[in-house]
Amino acid sequence: MDYLDILRLLDSTLRLATPLLLACLAGLFSERAGIFDIGLEGKMLAAAFASAAVAVWASAPVDNPQLGQLSGLGWGWQAAWLGVFAGIVASVFLSIIHGLASITLRGNQLISGVAINFLAAGLTVLISQNIFKRGGQTPPLTGDARFSEITLPFAETLSSVPIIGLMYSEVISGHVIFVYVGLLCVPLTWWVLFRTRFGLRLRAVGENPGAVDTAGISVTRLRYAAVIICGVLCGLAGAYLSMGTAAAGFGRDMTALRGFIALAALIFARWRPWAAMWACLLFGFLQAVSTYYPKVDVFGLFVIPSDFMEALPYILTVVILAGVGGKAIPPRAGGVPYVKER
Amino acid sequence: MHFLKSLALTAAAAGLAGASFAADIKPAVIFDIGGKFDGSFNEASFRGAERFKEETGIEYREFEIQSDAQREQALRRFAQQGNNPIVVAGFAYGSAMEAVAAEFPDTNFAIVDMVVDLPNVRSVVFNEHEGSYLVGMMAAMKSESGTVGFVGGMDIPLIRKFACGYVQGVKAVNADATVIQNMTGTTGAAWNDPVKGGELTRSQVDQGADVVYHAAGGTGRGVLQAAADAGILGIGVDSNQNGMQPGKVLTSMLKRVDVAVYNAMMDAKNDAFTPGFSVLGVAQDGVGYAMDDNNKDLVSSDMVDAVEAAKAKIIAGEIAVHDYTSDDSCPVS
Repeated sequence: MDYLDILRLLDSTLRLATPLLLACLAGLFSERAGIFDIGLEGKMLAAAFASAAVAVWASAPVDNPQLGQLSGLGWGWQAAWLGVFAGIVASVFLSIIHGLASITLRGNQLISGVAINFLAAGLTVLISQNIFKRGGQTPPLTGDARFSEITLPFAETLSSVPIIGLMYSEVISGHVIFVYVGLLCVPLTWWVLFRTRFGLRLRAVGENPGAVDTAGISVTRLRYAAVIICGVLCGLAGAYLSMGTAAAGFGRDMTALRGFIALAALIFARWRPWAAMWACLLFGFLQAVSTYYPKVDVFGLFVIPSDFMEALPYILTVVILAGVGGKAIPPRAGGVPYVKER
Repeated sequence: MHFLKSLALTAAAAGLAGASFAADIKPAVIFDIGGKFDGSFNEASFRGAERFKEETGIEYREFEIQSDAQREQALRRFAQQGNNPIVVAGFAYGSAMEAVAAEFPDTNFAIVDMVVDLPNVRSVVFNEHEGSYLVGMMAAMKSESGTVGFVGGMDIPLIRKFACGYVQGVKAVNADATVIQNMTGTTGAAWNDPVKGGELTRSQVDQGADVVYHAAGGTGRGVLQAAADAGILGIGVDSNQNGMQPGKVLTSMLKRVDVAVYNAMMDAKNDAFTPGFSVLGVAQDGVGYAMDDNNKDLVSSDMVDAVEAAKAKIIAGEIAVHDYTSDDSCPVS
């Protein structure tokens, strides 16, 4: 394994970590406000479908008909952005359903989350099949309707500089915009949660909603704000999967349990933004290793199969939950609907 | 070889015991999860049923299951309603078929990709290793780097059979060639993860592969896309996938599920339905490679000649392509 191999591994890590990171931060907002969300997977899936379907429709020629009765809009790159918007709308819509069930109607948050996962898995395939008649897939996105990789300035020139230059051109440059957005969301999330009044209240509502209510601030409104932010971030994660990767379109269940790995990363990071980034990068790195090295040979002594690498995120999360290296304490009011005292 | 022989013997024995039924038939087909327009396996069985309908004017019934739990239900309901023959495609129907076919001994069933040993069931299996051998030869002839890739879906013996045939084909052309093999996963999710498929393909490209063959269902769309993005060639599977990335897909390994479905219905109509094994290989045109307008500029006539020669030798028995599932091992890698 030489230097270039390591760089490629890191490059792949960033791509694989991005959907995890976006979904993990989404869960962070929601859970910090006291709303457990195991519906990350479903929201990502719905967003992946909505963004791909709308982008396909918007980019199809005006009088054409790849998709049966509907004629397209004939848009160029705008189609991709309209797709992202549609993905966010779909995901926020599911978030609001989750909010209705668990904030307004004070239902069980876990059950609502499970319901959202099932709803998304079934509804996406059903709608897709009805419109496109391709067994639940959307037609492939082509050209400007998907996001292409951005080459950062000076990547070409710097690539001749040893070590640092190569690192810059191979790892840091050349990703789709979602990767950079995901990374930028980390300091943004930290700043919102720990440096703004809104963030303070949002965290307080997850620890002690009674105190927030006493101060005359609406618990309901804050919690809705949190689940909507969660929806937006999940929407980005889903749009990335269907529009920013080689999938180039939607296929049934294409999130492939990434929502649950993101949830595991959230617990692993003990509900903290910077730690969430490192957790997602670690889990992404494990996935990248299993991709590049299906069988890791340890000094010829024994072989670690790729399945082990894939299972490691879950194993690590259980270890953390068991209290190794400090206790993992979830937000105190998490999972408990708030009932206003009269 | 021993395995093939025993297959042939079983088929012959079953043929003698062939059932005879009225020509007034009510055929039915049940699709696997994925739906009938999946651009792959199910679509092929749909095409076979459609061809039967066009040629005979006999309507058929169909059902698209949405979950695993519906397999047995759908089979039983169709059988209760007197449909005959009932054709299903997909290895996952095996246990459901065993249960239902035993309950309805007077109904003819056909299952593709799986062996169910009952007197009223025809089991159709394909020699995927032979078709994969042919596309492997093409990959090796097209490759300039001497390195080619394979991306499988779920790690099961059937997919290893594809991989093993492919590697043998590659090595037949270029004994020094390297074949990078990856499986997407070990659960059902591995069939529907185009993101991971794309990532695996990129890793193979990074390691020098310039032709990548997939046998990974829905994951394959990511494979073909990533191959096209990287400027290399992909190879499709099951149906003709040359059009998915026109000019970027070298060929597709065809698995004629449509022929299996069509034959089952047609035989039932002609009172010639035979239960037992039926093996479709290159000799029966059950597997092969796809040529169309999308890839005609990619495949030279020399390549076609070489592949056709190999095909003739396989049919004549001069080339024996090893079947992974016969002994769960592959002589080359």
